[in-house]
Amino acid sequence: MEIVASITVGLLVAIGVWMLLDRSLVRVVLGIVVLGNGINLAVFSVGRLAGEAAAFVTAAGAPAAAANPLPQALVLTAIVIGFALFVFALAVLKRSWELHANIETDRITAVAEEPAPDLPPPDGSAAWRDRP
Amino acid sequence: MNALIVAPLLIPLAALVLCLLARRWPRAVAGLSLLGALGLAAAGLALVGLAAEGRIIAAQAGGWAAPYGISLVVDRLSAAMVAITGIIGSATVLVAMARDEDPARGRDFHPLMHGLLVGVCGAFITGDVFNLYVWFEVLLVGSFGLLMLGGGRRRLAGTVDYLVLNLVATIMFLLAAAMLYGASGSLNMALLAQQFAAGEVPVTAHAAVVLMLTAFSIKAALFPVFGWLPASYHVAWTPVSALFAGLLTKVGVYALIRIVTLFWPDAGLAHEVLLWVACATMLIGVLGAAAQMEVRRILSFHIVSQVGYMILGLALATPLALAGAVFYLIHHIVVKANLFFIGGIAARLTGSERLPAMGGLYARAPGLAILFAIPALSLAGIPPLSGFWAKFVLVKASLDASAWMAATVALVTGLFTLLSMSKIWNEAFLKPHPAGEAGERSDVGLAPALWATGALAAMTLAIGLGAGPVMDYAMAAAEQLAAPAGYIAAVLEAGGRR
Repeated sequence: MEIVASITVGLLVAIGVWMLLDRSLVRVVLGIVVLGNGINLAVFSVGRLAGEAAAFVTAAGAPAAAANPLPQALVLTAIVIGFALFVFALAVLKRSWELHANIETDRITAVAEEPAPDLPPPDGSAAWRDRP
Repeated sequence: MNALIVAPLLIPLAALVLCLLARRWPRAVAGLSLLGALGLAAAGLALVGLAAEGRIIAAQAGGWAAPYGISLVVDRLSAAMVAITGIIGSATVLVAMARDEDPARGRDFHPLMHGLLVGVCGAFITGDVFNLYVWFEVLLVGSFGLLMLGGGRRRLAGTVDYLVLNLVATIMFLLAAAMLYGASGSLNMALLAQQFAAGEVPVTAHAAVVLMLTAFSIKAALFPVFGWLPASYHVAWTPVSALFAGLLTKVGVYALIRIVTLFWPDAGLAHEVLLWVACATMLIGVLGAAAQMEVRRILSFHIVSQVGYMILGLALATPLALAGAVFYLIHHIVVKANLFFIGGIAARLTGSERLPAMGGLYARAPGLAILFAIPALSLAGIPPLSGFWAKFVLVKASLDASAWMAATVALVTGLFTLLSMSKIWNEAFLKPHPAGEAGERSDVGLAPALWATGALAAMTLAIGLGAGPVMDYAMAAAEQLAAPAGYIAAVLEAGGRR
């Protein structure tokens, strides 16, 4: 069971990294998700996958066929956090589409490198956005 | 269990909730936020007072004894970092209170900032690897919101760079934490350190530590993975970029120091790699700054270069070098945040942060010129300011360890730093404003920001002139770091529920 999980993790990470290297921001964001889920599976498989018994430790000792429940708790935390960050990344993606009308990563970096906008003249009433 | 140890988490958390509740009254939000940040600084200073006695304070969350519960640990380094976080937080709130054209920005800023501070303080006091991951995520969520504050095309583009690289680093850290648990069966740093020292861990655990250090290197913006920092810090609102400049990379540096001193206390291959990385970081950062013509872009590249000095101290691994790294951390956070604040004030007064479009500040605001000169000269390492002592100790430690190249690079980097600072001085302060008097802007409402920068400049002077006690504290902190046995004993012996 662990070997199947390991191969799946390897595949997911490979696909995730490949997508991260793409020019389109959509693929980059999806790449982060694929990579993150690959790693989540790796965290999950750290506690063994074979155990079928519930991991209750009684006075008679721990059941032999139980998986370690701690990595399951860890991966639950990681999934929740990862989902929140994914939602933020999607919001950034949507806004990038609206503001740049282009989601090529090179172009987005070029926008960040543009010279800093100056403050409008004292009597001006230009928008406050982008000011230092 | 000492109740003070949870104060660095509870105070910003309470401030965050209160700021959200008081959302409709912007003045109340700012007041609560300032109160929370000052409270955090006070709690940090109280922890420094306790830690200065040499005791390592440890507590177990939920009363579960280590290694089953999550340990919170405060030694001298952690206490100093919490105190400095509170101080920079307070200064940032003051600067954010300066008159802003956009009221919504100030209102959203305060809760997000306290969210960030919870994550930063949590990372400083936790004694558990997975818990460290969670605190990193908490501060990351806060920083995403802060970076986007105010909106705009350029800010959004900077956020994309910041977002992608930091998420990749976080994912790497998660994998490393899981690998470490799979290999050793524990996540408690003290127990792990004990197992590493006894040689009881398989080679997988060492591989996990390498992965973890790589993730922290991205967070700390070391060469060659610093690209996200100069691509994003200059787009944020000034108080936000100052807060990031002061604290965020330093959390990465702190994590590197903590993990390396606990798991690999003896100098080895990792230290040699770190030494080369430190030299490259110092040099590439400072050369990158030379090509820039905007105040905050120059300062961003200098963050990269300065982080190199701290890693140099870690790489040499002698008590003196570690003391230099701790001293450098304390000095650098104050100086760097202050330079960003002053850069923001200068931009407000001249209408631009592009050096060619700035000027005339020395004639117009000589007080601001002095305020700039103090941290700028300190950054370059001019005696008797704080940066001189930090660099002096690190260069001496390099010479003691016969690391001639590191010492040379450290000195050359100092020289180039002076060059960058004189560039800002000449262009923004000495040169007349290109647009003449028409280019000058009103200074209405800047008073709180000036007070904050004045206080931080006074701190730089105090650390420089009274370097003795600070260096004594840094030396004592380095001794704790160099001998992890004390840390291990303090955590493992701090019992659970009695």
